[in-house]
Amino acid sequence: MTITSSIKRDYLYNLAKNGKRQDGRDLFKFRNITIETDLISKAEGSARVKIGNTQVVAGIKMNVGEPYPDTPNSGVITTAAELNPLASPDFESGPPREDAIELARVVDRGIRESGVIELDKLCIEPKEKIWIVFIDIHIIDYDGNLFDAASLAALAAILTTKVPAKRFDLGEDYPLPVKDPAISCTSVKFNDVLIMDPSLDEEEIAEARITVATDSNGDIRAMQKGLKGSYTVDEIKKIIKVSLDNGVEIRKKLFESVGK
Amino acid sequence: MESDIKLIDADGKRLDGRKIDELRKIKIEAGVLHRADGSCYLEWGGNKVVAAVYGPREAIPRHSQNPLKAIVRARYNMAAFSVEDRKRPGPDRRSREISKVTSEALEKIVLTDKFPRAAIDVNIEVLEAEAGTRCAGLTAAGVALADAGIPMTDIPVACAAGKIGSNDENGKKTGGHVVLDLGKREDNFGDADLPIAISPRTGEIILLQMDGHLTLEEFDQALTLAIKGCNIISEIQKDALLEKYQKGLEVD
Repeated sequence: MTITSSIKRDYLYNLAKNGKRQDGRDLFKFRNITIETDLISKAEGSARVKIGNTQVVAGIKMNVGEPYPDTPNSGVITTAAELNPLASPDFESGPPREDAIELARVVDRGIRESGVIELDKLCIEPKEKIWIVFIDIHIIDYDGNLFDAASLAALAAILTTKVPAKRFDLGEDYPLPVKDPAISCTSVKFNDVLIMDPSLDEEEIAEARITVATDSNGDIRAMQKGLKGSYTVDEIKKIIKVSLDNGVEIRKKLFESVGK
Repeated sequence: MESDIKLIDADGKRLDGRKIDELRKIKIEAGVLHRADGSCYLEWGGNKVVAAVYGPREAIPRHSQNPLKAIVRARYNMAAFSVEDRKRPGPDRRSREISKVTSEALEKIVLTDKFPRAAIDVNIEVLEAEAGTRCAGLTAAGVALADAGIPMTDIPVACAAGKIGSNDENGKKTGGHVVLDLGKREDNFGDADLPIAISPRTGEIILLQMDGHLTLEEFDQALTLAIKGCNIISEIQKDALLEKYQKGLEVD
């Protein structure tokens, strides 16, 4: 639990009412995003993403395993997120708490539902052997909007992943089969104002939060609302439109960084 | 068999081309994280480590408080993707042990009696591992502590020495060589590893572990070599801190 002083709260409220923000951004603009890939040579794929001061490292490891009985011809994805105590004075070590679990599940959903990893191509022998893709996300520096930083890092890592076939005597290594990724954009609401890509201060006073993942056709692939506040239908529509616009920009940046 | 691998050639050159008393490449950057009170990013050969310091702050839970001085809590953690075979996330016995010896080493250096009931948390995150992560972690922690402005008697620094190559191609025992800063395969197939941490100003040893087989004479050599390594790295630590604060002074 963090306590925000009422003077800071009022300051942020008043700024937002006038269409302004603490760091001078427009209400619907993201902070500066940087994406680096291939930084962990031991991992099959890896990426470091910074959104403003928020910093996330994602790494992909792959293993051969057994498929689930209900999907005998498809690979398996598991996503885990760690809110390292490194990243914030408020994070503690220990087993993942509900916020880390929610984060991992929202990222997982964006990846799974968009079908960015072609799971049916990760079957080695039906019913017997498939590839398992482990997506591990480490939060290194926390200044708000973990959802977008985490899913962008996961995507950048996925798009640069090489299947380690050689290590398992299954032929030559090859790039992970991927399709169009869904880009997630998170916004929050306080005092009836909507803002995109909240900083930590803005997140702390937020009443409601919503994450929208959109694909390159402009379709919605995943959504998650959080916190106690509520949205009107018009607000939701507005958010989807802004998320789409930002999604286009971020997708372009993502493709540039992974060389596609 | 891979264990018969030749770790050192007749000219005293090692697998990666290093001489016996040569360190891997080290790069240190101070103050890389925004939230932390002090932080450090360190690359050492194939190791990539981030350290963050929080504190001094109230020690929670309460029963962990010491009414006379601060406690130093180091937490060493390896990323799941940091090694060849994915590591299960979370602390295991190995990382708990490393956390403990690192905490104890740092506690010796930090002026803990200035902060009764407080905790100084040192988080060490290994993003990529390739032999010698505990030394890399402690060295990064030293820089992060200094960056956080924690009062200390010195900036702690760690380095390992070891022994390799006592089996020749035919598997026969030969003399072997005491070398500085073991690489991955030297660690796996070598004969001994001796990681130490020191307070470079006084030369006091604040961490020492050893596994393998060394004669007394070899131990002396290895210890001297490791201390020599520590002193070199100590200079890189100071440069990193200096660079951060010089950069902060530049006017643009």
